[in-house]
Amino acid sequence: MSTPNVSLSSLDTLWFQVAGTVCNLACTHCFISCSPTNHTHEMMDLATVRTYLEEAATLGVKETYFTGGEPFLNPDMEAILEAALAFGPTSVLTNGLLLDPERCRRLSGLSERSDYSLDLRVSLDGYTAEEHDAIRGAGAFGRALEGIRNLHSAGLNPVITVTEVYDENGSVAGKQRFFDLIAGLGITRPRLKMMPVFQIGAEAERHAAYESWQRLSETDTPEGGWDHLQCSNSRMATGQGVWVCPILVNEPSGKMGERLADTLGDFPLGHSACWTCHVYGVSCRT
Amino acid sequence: MSNRVPEDDEVKRERAADKAAERARLVAHRGLATWGEKLVPLGDFRRAAAESGSVLTPAQRAAAGEALLAQCEDSTPIEGPYDRIAVCGGIYNNHLALAAFLDRARAEGAEALYCLGDLGGFGPSPEKVWPLLVDAEVRVNQGNYEQSLASGREDCNCGYTDPRDNHFARLSYEYTARGCSSDFKSWMGQLPARRRVLVGDRELLLVHGSPRRVNEFLFETATSTAYLEGLLDQEGADGILCTHSGLHWHRRLPSGRDLVNVGVLGRPANDGTPRVWYAVLESTSDGLGVHLTPLDYDHQALAAEMRSEGLPPEFIATIEGGWWTTCLEILPAKERGRGRF
Ligand code: SF4
Ligand code: SF4
Repeated sequence: MSTPNVSLSSLDTLWFQVAGTVCNLACTHCFISCSPTNHTHEMMDLATVRTYLEEAATLGVKETYFTGGEPFLNPDMEAILEAALAFGPTSVLTNGLLLDPERCRRLSGLSERSDYSLDLRVSLDGYTAEEHDAIRGAGAFGRALEGIRNLHSAGLNPVITVTEVYDENGSVAGKQRFFDLIAGLGITRPRLKMMPVFQIGAEAERHAAYESWQRLSETDTPEGGWDHLQCSNSRMATGQGVWVCPILVNEPSGKMGERLADTLGDFPLGHSACWTCHVYGVSCRT
Repeated sequence: MSNRVPEDDEVKRERAADKAAERARLVAHRGLATWGEKLVPLGDFRRAAAESGSVLTPAQRAAAGEALLAQCEDSTPIEGPYDRIAVCGGIYNNHLALAAFLDRARAEGAEALYCLGDLGGFGPSPEKVWPLLVDAEVRVNQGNYEQSLASGREDCNCGYTDPRDNHFARLSYEYTARGCSSDFKSWMGQLPARRRVLVGDRELLLVHGSPRRVNEFLFETATSTAYLEGLLDQEGADGILCTHSGLHWHRRLPSGRDLVNVGVLGRPANDGTPRVWYAVLESTSDGLGVHLTPLDYDHQALAAEMRSEGLPPEFIATIEGGWWTTCLEILPAKERGRGRF
């Protein structure tokens, strides 16, 4: 069975592994196994981010996303966001732990000074402390809710990201519970983003790794091609080059080059995670 | 995920202990990299990454860049030139707003009238817009709604996260699908996805969502200028006119070219007034004049008709009050923040 290739049909979304793989949590489902001591990827500095933003402008990128690890561990983060917001719409994926009232006010200021939207996406894996903290560690739930409240009070309306670690999270009733939870925080315009789990990294150990049949072959190619995959329209910039997508950053083979211009060619969908992307129609975008 | 096999308690406990130990090892590591499912020395990861970083040669790089730009071969004929055209977006069955648009546009001296697609959904009596469009010789683009209806899809394929949004999207799609004759649907099937129109010496590309995808949302605060310049380069056009997102906006780019989202006639612009929006484009001495234009129409008559058709009170509230009440999750942070819900 031969591995199918995905081509880049346009570079719409540029991701940044802005905090590397360093995180103040060590969640048991983290598909890139981030933790306080994981230095597979280091933090990116403002100058590096700026270089990619400038290249992105010449390639017609539509929007940027920042993730890690925990982006707000990066000491340059607010300056980086300011640079990104001058370029275009910007989203940050955060665990919500470092969103104190002062920071939220500064973020709100950044948002107001830009013509573009700034989206903060805060992760919740369970709708009770018990469920959430079982994955993320004791106290994480309370602090994430506090971060969400602080964002809301500063006039920023966060998107809540829910991973389907618990089977029922993805059901209609499950989603409704999260909407209710958000409404309970006084947020009148609730926004929710669901994500399936990738069985790699820490998640492979928490639950189950992929089995050998969970791989794509040429015969899986849909009629319309692979344009539903995010690797057909996005790339991931890190401190050590550009990777194909936000998911395969812990695969050396996911690296495609040093500059964005190096990464406009095809990529083989040879990883089991590609199977999840295809079967569950995953996009990490909001 | 549903493919999990239930385990007995003892196995579960053992596995949990193993996992906890593994986890501790993972968290404690320094100088180790997480490589897929393994832990390896950081140096090995870096070396492997450096090796697999397939840096293209300058020639390959140039070729890949050009291939990306050259994907758009467009044989769309060019209409015009005109001095002034009027362009409306999604109608969503709002035949009263459409009639008001036709009157106004004629009075304003538009030489040609365009509609960028999404004729159905939301409002009452889907078939009523058809004779209005045909009689006034409006040139219509195919939107995602027409695509779905013409191909007999069972839903509008919006794929909302919010079960409430999905409920309302399905409801209005089914209502519209029931209310359209098969003749109307096959007429929708033959509509073109794009048009090119000259206004003065400016060549405008008319699409539904974006030149790339019929269902791409172009919102003002979620679309970088670099992206729009790139699209215009790729398409070799001086301006792009689109709809689909439901909110009107215009950006004159640093290159002097234009992106105009003409808004929609079907429902108000989430601004607390019942007005709807369309665009007039005209040739001026220094290029293209863009006028986004609010339109008053008999929204109370429409609300009454929606009531008698049994359409949801949430939709009627939007027509009367001007605030969106459903399908809000598509809005970027800023546009969402400007509305009431
Ligand atoms: S899932 Fe997010 S918060 Fe948790 S360890 Fe990974 S990066 Fe950190
Ligand atoms: S993991 Fe998903 S996004 Fe990444 S290369 Fe595979 S299919 Fe594409």
